[in-house]
Amino acid sequence: MSTLQMERRAFLKISVAASGGLLIGLYLPGASKLAAAEERSASAFMPNAFLRIGTDERVTVIVNHSEMGQGVYTALPMMLAEELDADWSKIGYESAPVDAKYNHPIFGMQITGGSSSVYSGFEQYRNAGAAARAMLIAAAAQQWNADPASLRTESGTVLDGTNRKLSYGQLAEAAAKMTPPAKVNLKDPKAFKLIGTPAKRLDTPEKINGKAVFGIDVKNAGMLTAVVARAPVFGAKVKSFDDSHARNMPGVRKIVAVPSGVAVVADSFWQAKMARDAVRIDWDEGEMHTFSTSQMMQQFREQAKSPGTSVRRDGDPDAALAKAAQKIEAVYEVPYLSHLMMEPLNCVVDLRADSCEIWTGTQFQTVDRAAAAKAAGLPNEKVQIHTTFLGGGFGRRATPQSDFVVEAVHVAKAAGVPVKVVWTREDDMQGGWYRPAFLHAIVGGVDASGNPVSWRSRLVGQSIMSGTMFEAMMMKGKEYDPASVEGVDDLPYEIPNLAVESHQAKVGVPVQWWRSVGHSHTGFATECFIDELAALGHKDPYQFRRALLTKHPRHLAVLDLAAQKAGWGKPLPKGRARGIAVHFAFESYNAQVAEVSVTDGKVRVHRIVSAVDCGHYVNPGIIAAQLEGGAIFAASAALYQELTFENGRLQQTNFHTFPVMRMNECPEIETYIVESNEKSGGIGEPGVPCTAPAIANAVFGATGKRVRKLPIRMTEAV
Amino acid sequence: MISFSVNRQRVNLDVDPSTPLLWVLRENLGLTGTKYGCGMAQCGACTVHLNGEAIRSCVAPVSRAAGKEVTTIEGLSPDLSHPLQHAWLAEDVPQCGYCQSGQLMSAAVLLREKPRPSDEDIDEAMTGNICRCGTYPRIRKAIHRAAAMMPAGGAK
Repeated sequence: MSTLQMERRAFLKISVAASGGLLIGLYLPGASKLAAAEERSASAFMPNAFLRIGTDERVTVIVNHSEMGQGVYTALPMMLAEELDADWSKIGYESAPVDAKYNHPIFGMQITGGSSSVYSGFEQYRNAGAAARAMLIAAAAQQWNADPASLRTESGTVLDGTNRKLSYGQLAEAAAKMTPPAKVNLKDPKAFKLIGTPAKRLDTPEKINGKAVFGIDVKNAGMLTAVVARAPVFGAKVKSFDDSHARNMPGVRKIVAVPSGVAVVADSFWQAKMARDAVRIDWDEGEMHTFSTSQMMQQFREQAKSPGTSVRRDGDPDAALAKAAQKIEAVYEVPYLSHLMMEPLNCVVDLRADSCEIWTGTQFQTVDRAAAAKAAGLPNEKVQIHTTFLGGGFGRRATPQSDFVVEAVHVAKAAGVPVKVVWTREDDMQGGWYRPAFLHAIVGGVDASGNPVSWRSRLVGQSIMSGTMFEAMMMKGKEYDPASVEGVDDLPYEIPNLAVESHQAKVGVPVQWWRSVGHSHTGFATECFIDELAALGHKDPYQFRRALLTKHPRHLAVLDLAAQKAGWGKPLPKGRARGIAVHFAFESYNAQVAEVSVTDGKVRVHRIVSAVDCGHYVNPGIIAAQLEGGAIFAASAALYQELTFENGRLQQTNFHTFPVMRMNECPEIETYIVESNEKSGGIGEPGVPCTAPAIANAVFGATGKRVRKLPIRMTEAV
Repeated sequence: MISFSVNRQRVNLDVDPSTPLLWVLRENLGLTGTKYGCGMAQCGACTVHLNGEAIRSCVAPVSRAAGKEVTTIEGLSPDLSHPLQHAWLAEDVPQCGYCQSGQLMSAAVLLREKPRPSDEDIDEAMTGNICRCGTYPRIRKAIHRAAAMMPAGGAK
């Protein structure tokens, strides 16, 4: 047994829950650097987890991360239930309210992101379960007048040596009166019964009978629905508007100006939407009215010709390049992308004189609450957010500016009624906060034996962190954004002379993290270029990578596993070819092999084999699902997706102009997990970066043409 | 006044007949299991049955339902007992879950029409339903599983 010694000032806060039963919050100081600072002020400890055990045997786990499909409402309860020895069939989940005690222990605020929910909560949720278990045992010991050490737990019951038993529900009230344990004992991982198993997701039943409540489904008494007319160009402001027709349309209650545009508040969505479309607005279009992405990319290409801020420099890449036997230069380009969650943005606000209650699917409760409080003119503690299910997130619902929440508060304030603001699909797509467009200009060379001797990556693109509250934390005075260069700044290949340079472009398009963030483009550019270097020296791309990764056993293990399972080197039907890629992101290693064919300029992906090493894992079923979904998400981007602007206006509006992979286009996907005792890594994002380069490299195998621009268009391949 | 049946219950509504059925189901009838995704029959999140046929309720005016029978996800089964729901549970299909009502309603019509669907049948019936989380491989498996579960002759 490993023992977690709790510090003296740690304490368990206990109260009898309203329903009767045990409510435990485990307060564990010093769990993070940020908590340590709070601890010194003696006003707050870093709390880690909660659970509630009812007299009805229900064990409710309060989850401090948002469920957006990635499985936190299952994986986090598994960690707690493991140490509690709970009956898995009695476990439920509940979303945490906004409170500092639910802060992410690494990020110091309530946020779901960075593929970090499981690994950041691994000890916290186990600790909470173990502490509850100790108190249930103490309660049983008191009742039986027995030595607690003589008791054991099993599937939601405490048992003694004679197999006399008391259920957790029967013990809940007594356990609530027990003294919290001074220390908790965590299981040796070898003793895990639940962790490591493909336990079925707890939230499936309510997601297949229509009962799951997403933000868009929230309905409160007296609530009206609002649809907002927003700027057609980023930064545009309303000069004046004419609502003379709209305000006489059926169901319309109010039409109000808000900072983001004009909001129409009506009895129903359809009435609000119809009237919104009828409001005539004269916009001051500002500086972005001439913006065009084709011009922007041209500027990026020019910028890439001059040296950027140095991010990494090993050896002398320029001298080595001059001496290289063969060299190659490639420019990779990726576009702006929408997160395009299936559930368009929405937010319900009930604003009163001294309170503000919000219902929404958010990934960023702490920041949203502070922003909402500011907009409402209330102190933080007067604002509460109820986190619903998220119909997809992918980063869009963790907006540092809290755009969709703040706007809804403004609408509620201006209209003076409780409102649900609903974005149409078109609104959502045009709303900004995209994955930034990026350009990677890479030059490299190989020696006479085909071994790489030089590599220089020059990146041009917008910073995500710049101008946000994360700037100080993440950029630490650097002149580049780590989120722009992640995945290339730590290129693992053994290349003696290597440079990474960054140009930070200033463009008035709001950008944000999109599933796998910087890795979504650095994975593409680096894994395509390493393939190009392999071809330059007439080497097999898999073996070429292997030879450069000898000091990176975890990269090698996933690469080998993917190659082996995909049958690398074995014959394929005529017209088909394989491509390979490997990448490290969010503390996990992933390799993929894609099998494609190209017919009449159309790329068809037939099969993707994805292998991951995410360290010690909790639920292999969820891991497989995330790898499948990550590959499909990335394949959609690689094959179909791009946002373009002309005259400041977005050219795409809905699924027909920004397509998503569909059933008939979906490849067979096989996933494999490397058994590992290493520290847990992420899984929501690591399965994304390898897909585009694996497909692009397979296209080269099939056609001899290099894809250097996404989405893939064979007419642009070289 | 428009009258139709929803999940075997008669409803009479005083609504603008041009309002899409989707919003009438969600807002007037409180059946929020049917989802809004695109508003232009591109994504299938709003799929319901109209007299047994799968339709995109986001583009169907409520007037089209007059005198007919509408079935929504809430009416697929009262207790998760539909073979597709069993199969969805067994294959752990949903991720975010937002599109799944529409996926299930499309799959239910497929299974009724073709109790032993081929992969091509599944492609044809399910390609109108987008899943952004990428659950397609599991949906495909689950449909095959549900088909294997059902007695010859198809689903109800």
